[in-house]
Amino acid sequence: MRRIRTIMGAAVAALMLALPAAAQELRVGLSAEPSSVDPHFHNLTPNHQLRSHVFESLTDQDKNQQPIPKLAESVRAVDPTTWEFKLRRGVKFTDGTEFTARDVIFSYCRVPKVENSPSSLVVSMRAIATMTAPDPYTVIVTTTAPHPILANELSNIAIISAKAAGAPENLTFNRAGCTGVEAWPKTEDFNNLKLAIGTGPFRYASFTRGDRIVLERNDGYWGEKPIWQRVTLRPITQAASRVAALLAGDVDFIENPPIQDLPRIKQNPQFATAEALSSRIIYLHFNYLTETPPPGVTDTAGKNPFRDRRVREAISLAIDRDAIVARIMGGVGVAAAELLPNPLPGTNAGIKPERPNIDRAKQLLAEAGYPNGFGLVLGTPNDRYINDGQIAQAIAQMLTRIGIRTQIDAMTASTFFARRNRAEFGFWLSGWAADTAEMSNPLRALAATPDRNRGMGTTNPGGYSNPAMDAKLFEALTIVDDARRNALLAEASKMVMADFGLIPLHFEVSVWAFRRGLTYTAQMNQYSRAELVQQAAASR
Amino acid sequence: MLVFILRRLGQSAFVVAAMAVLVFLGVYAIGNPIDILLAPDADQTERDAAIARLGLDKPIYVQFGVFLWNLLHGDFGKSFVHGVDALGLIISRMPATMELAIVALGMTALIGVPLGVIAGLRHNTIIGRTIMTGSVVGFSLPNFWFGIMLILFFAVTLQWLPAGGRGPTGTVFGLELSLFNPAGWPNLIMPALTLAIYKTSLVIRLAYAGTREAMLQDYVRFARAKGLSPSRIIGVHLLKNILIPVVTVLGLELGAMIAFAVVTEQVFSWPGMGKLLIDSIYRLDRPVIVAYLMIVVVMFVTINLVVDILYSILDPRVRLQDIES
Repeated sequence: MRRIRTIMGAAVAALMLALPAAAQELRVGLSAEPSSVDPHFHNLTPNHQLRSHVFESLTDQDKNQQPIPKLAESVRAVDPTTWEFKLRRGVKFTDGTEFTARDVIFSYCRVPKVENSPSSLVVSMRAIATMTAPDPYTVIVTTTAPHPILANELSNIAIISAKAAGAPENLTFNRAGCTGVEAWPKTEDFNNLKLAIGTGPFRYASFTRGDRIVLERNDGYWGEKPIWQRVTLRPITQAASRVAALLAGDVDFIENPPIQDLPRIKQNPQFATAEALSSRIIYLHFNYLTETPPPGVTDTAGKNPFRDRRVREAISLAIDRDAIVARIMGGVGVAAAELLPNPLPGTNAGIKPERPNIDRAKQLLAEAGYPNGFGLVLGTPNDRYINDGQIAQAIAQMLTRIGIRTQIDAMTASTFFARRNRAEFGFWLSGWAADTAEMSNPLRALAATPDRNRGMGTTNPGGYSNPAMDAKLFEALTIVDDARRNALLAEASKMVMADFGLIPLHFEVSVWAFRRGLTYTAQMNQYSRAELVQQAAASR
Repeated sequence: MLVFILRRLGQSAFVVAAMAVLVFLGVYAIGNPIDILLAPDADQTERDAAIARLGLDKPIYVQFGVFLWNLLHGDFGKSFVHGVDALGLIISRMPATMELAIVALGMTALIGVPLGVIAGLRHNTIIGRTIMTGSVVGFSLPNFWFGIMLILFFAVTLQWLPAGGRGPTGTVFGLELSLFNPAGWPNLIMPALTLAIYKTSLVIRLAYAGTREAMLQDYVRFARAKGLSPSRIIGVHLLKNILIPVVTVLGLELGAMIAFAVVTEQVFSWPGMGKLLIDSIYRLDRPVIVAYLMIVVVMFVTINLVVDILYSILDPRVRLQDIES
């Protein structure tokens, strides 16, 4: 308020009346704009983050991304393919109707029916075969095959109000969308807030695309009520502008401040930061598709060097992960030994990040038949992950040191992903965030032999294939018992690492910055959630 | 006259059609939106469904045909990202950009003309030279840098103005504008100033040259001889004459400001069309990019057409030359 008064003088003195309310307002600078208010529209982090304020799901993720009960009070595996969800009683939607099993079934029915969805949430419920409600507070879900990570996946699917959407009384679930529903709720009716009715800690007050989203506290919330009467979410996609907005006092809280500004923010006593290790691994991947040199590989006498395990090990040994984390990541990273940080489910406790060993790397290259190394082009995005372009530069230098003369081919993310998915690189740097924060997710996507129809190796365009690992992974995927499954996953992970199938570099650390007097329970899934922003005890 | 206008209309239509082809092919060439839109763990069935829904499975000439056909019906397609009408999305962002451009234009005139006239009247003094040197600086500063400096100084250091975004708006004729809500002004000042800086330098130079020329003209001398006060000479006789080129240039620059406020909007996270364009490019939202570029093309072609026709009315020689050639 101070600056407005300075400029406008008494003309806006009337605005001062707004001050008491502003004290309970939280203003947030987001790094990406959600594409819709419709919670089933787009399977994208900014959208999930936004909807979690207003719409809840059967389960939620805790700060370490492990499933916790939310609208379901308990989840129980009746047998390997049957799950029983006991629903929370006394939960009300913001329009006053009570939450029951009918809302759950209606919500799951709607997911496949969203028009123009850029990326469907069906991905998170494809294991479901049937859904029934023996009574209003119980939902029985059966899966087509044993599917242990169901509870975690369902944290993605928001429950909307069946009554507000005009659903019929009796609904029966069908995987393709239920029968008996005449008109499915339209995305625009969420965007204009007509149907944006949830059970969460906040309700929508306004949605102005490109500018701001305003939330108000849901005073009838069943859980702990947030301290904020009002939350304004402003997408500020430029990192520098976001930091400026925080420093200028326009916003109280921002996500993803750029690394180069972190020291400045941390040194300033008016601001504070929160950090959380994320499940996003930055890794190097190889192109195994051909006998002949893949794109960008030269001087190998017509061979694909990556098919030789010794070459892959040499590359891993050439990389100084600690140096990358310390100097390029400015400390907001953790050197990686696997595709997920320990102690998440399916990781190996004792495994340590590889230490650089130049002599051994050169020796391995010579043994593999490349005593003079070879030429290599490393493909990388330069605006997707934290300092991705610089990391690639450093890796190019480290590899050149062992004789692999490496150039980098850096480009904007949209071009990079399109080219990577067409396997146009021989060797590339990329990142992967495990939505479910357990090992089956990265193994399936990145390391399993590509089998598009089974959803295996969806992001393994280089065609890495390790049948023994595949077998272990498939077995693990059917085991509902957590301890046994995670032990198998840990073994599978170890197999990929021992084979140097792909080279883990580091995990990103997510950072939030905010004005002094606030605290934030940093989330591993990188979400910014207003209800988890608290006033620090001292300043209350 | 009619022949001339028809010829010009024909030429304009040709330019728009040629640009439609170029824009479509250009945007088509910049990567596959599926890789950005789709969750990375989607399986092949989901990928195929999404590709088919966006019409990306068809060969490019079919896609182009569909695009043209829809275009003729005023339909630019639906945004891949937001799932809403691309044209509507752009139009919803237009008021924010328009008010930014108009305020910038006002600043340009209010700052540029007086400074230019002062510099012209006192071209041998320190004030005159300072203004003219300043205008060179205004020409040479990159737009985004100036914006960032403003933010650093007025928002971060002094905390007088907000660093970005749009303030509270008021509704005027159904449009959401911050111009009519005093609380919205602080947000408007810095981006408008950033947008105005280059044009202001331009106007200073025009006004300066005009003033120096006019001061030597007979009508100014005569006015002086009549004993009119200097303020009346400058305020009425001089200003009237030098404003003609200034207004012409400002009219043309308004179009440029609306179409290319992109960088300024990005730096100040101003929710206008320009920011939408950049965000759409990042997400490869083809219909929005294409619609935006087509709107810009049509806008410039229209402005040029109107200017040409006006000139031909004012100066019939233009028409004759065109027919001879």
